[in-house]
Amino acid sequence: MAVEIPIYMDNNATTRVDPRVLEQMLPYFSEKFGNAASRNHSFGWEAEDAVDNARRQVGALIGADPKEILWTSGSTESNNLAIKGAAHMYAEKGKHIITSTMEHKAVIDPCKRLAKEGYDVTWLEPDGYGIVYAQQVAEAIRDDTILVTIMWANNEIGTINEVSEIGTVCKEKGVIFHTDATQYVGKMPADVNKAGIDLLSASAHKMYGPKGVGVLYVRRRRPRARLEPIMEGGGHERGMRSGTLNVPGIVGMGAAAEICNNEMSDEAIRLAGLSHKLVKGITDQVETAVLNGHPTRRLPHTTNISFPYVEGESLLMALKDIALSSGSACTSASLEPSYILKALGASDELAHSSIRFGLGRFNTEDEVDYVVDKVIHAAQHLLMMSPLYDMVLEGVDLSKVEWAAH
Amino acid sequence: MAYSEKVIEHYENPRNVGTLDKDAPNVGTGIVGAPECGDVMKLQIKVNPQTGVIEDTKFKTFGCGSAIASSSLATEWMKGRTVEEAEAIQNTQIVQELSLPPVKIHCSVLAEDAIKAAIADYKKKQDQQVDQPVAAAAN
Repeated sequence: MAVEIPIYMDNNATTRVDPRVLEQMLPYFSEKFGNAASRNHSFGWEAEDAVDNARRQVGALIGADPKEILWTSGSTESNNLAIKGAAHMYAEKGKHIITSTMEHKAVIDPCKRLAKEGYDVTWLEPDGYGIVYAQQVAEAIRDDTILVTIMWANNEIGTINEVSEIGTVCKEKGVIFHTDATQYVGKMPADVNKAGIDLLSASAHKMYGPKGVGVLYVRRRRPRARLEPIMEGGGHERGMRSGTLNVPGIVGMGAAAEICNNEMSDEAIRLAGLSHKLVKGITDQVETAVLNGHPTRRLPHTTNISFPYVEGESLLMALKDIALSSGSACTSASLEPSYILKALGASDELAHSSIRFGLGRFNTEDEVDYVVDKVIHAAQHLLMMSPLYDMVLEGVDLSKVEWAAH
Repeated sequence: MAYSEKVIEHYENPRNVGTLDKDAPNVGTGIVGAPECGDVMKLQIKVNPQTGVIEDTKFKTFGCGSAIASSSLATEWMKGRTVEEAEAIQNTQIVQELSLPPVKIHCSVLAEDAIKAAIADYKKKQDQQVDQPVAAAAN
């Protein structure tokens, strides 16, 4: 097996910039350095043309009009602007917001801040597969509901929510619908009109574009979604997000979006095949291993597997040649069990040993074979050492043991 | 997290992994930690009652590499020592031997707890035996 070490398999955290993307970006750092807001000279016009082209490219990826694409620094900013911006704009209409416990922190924390400001937030809980259903949203909507924010696909387990159905519910009730589509866009077909989405967040660096650039899709018609800005200044981006545009980054996001749009179907089929190979390879050999999330309603490239009775850090230690994530990359430094797996009802020790395999455009089948082999070996080595597995084999119910906590 | 060479060596080649008969009168078993804390250690000693020397040790650990290395090292150190000598092993010695960083000191504390728990279990069994064999001998 010819694989180069280390292997990168953490593409839900970030992706490598596609060389074709980088090539298109480079001139905008040097000879084409103009400010897209400069209206008086060719440098500005050139930059503005490039930005407009990128708007078309991103718009095409999600079925939006280019005018509805608003540039940001990434999904965290897009989520903050969508949630706080809509909440503040529509505060007179009501103060009720609906979200879920499965969201990324960049949605959870803005919602918590709004709750401190006096907004009423309903936290929907997913089922055991990690799915949030339209029915739950329909039951939670009230007369004073102004915003529903539910992610399209989960970043840790890859499960896909009932976004189109939620969009339909929101349209019927006249409530603004935001979706954090960071993990979904560029990987799976998206159409904001078919899905009834009013606000959508996406990041370039999750789809083989550069870091530091993202978009917020803001619907202009039926209904026109309005936002109170967070960044104020020169009135860029229809007044909703001031600040000189990151032209090279935007060109990169546009190029990345176009490549994803062209290659999505082939790429999804290839990555789903590799993910299947990974899951089957591991679960066939490690009988305790469990796939988290929904078996089929999931992103093609994201796989999350729990290794019960094996501790996560020790598992990653055996896999040091492979860049993987234990729980959410953003919270794993704290060694806390993943809140997303907890939301699924996984017990703490299960959550302690979950690994996310994030495949991407540049992973090969040989790499998958290598990883499967390493994971099987490591899990078996650690199971052999695990006192918990021994107890389970003896018929002990671990949840009933009184542990001598230290 | 960068692990020291010694931690990696113990993790890759753990000493004395396994299980002793926990019901045997000369075997002491200590189980410490909790799954929700991320560490559970089971440490067992088999003592020669005549000499008081620990003849065999076994461990099983659910935990990070440092926890595995701490318990592996503890079993290595205890073997061949008397119960009293083994009882004197301190977590600071484990920290030093394995070059554990501050965030991993709790692994050494847990290993010391496991040593003490295994010895306590052995001593408890010995005390119970002192009372009983007289009756057994009379039969």
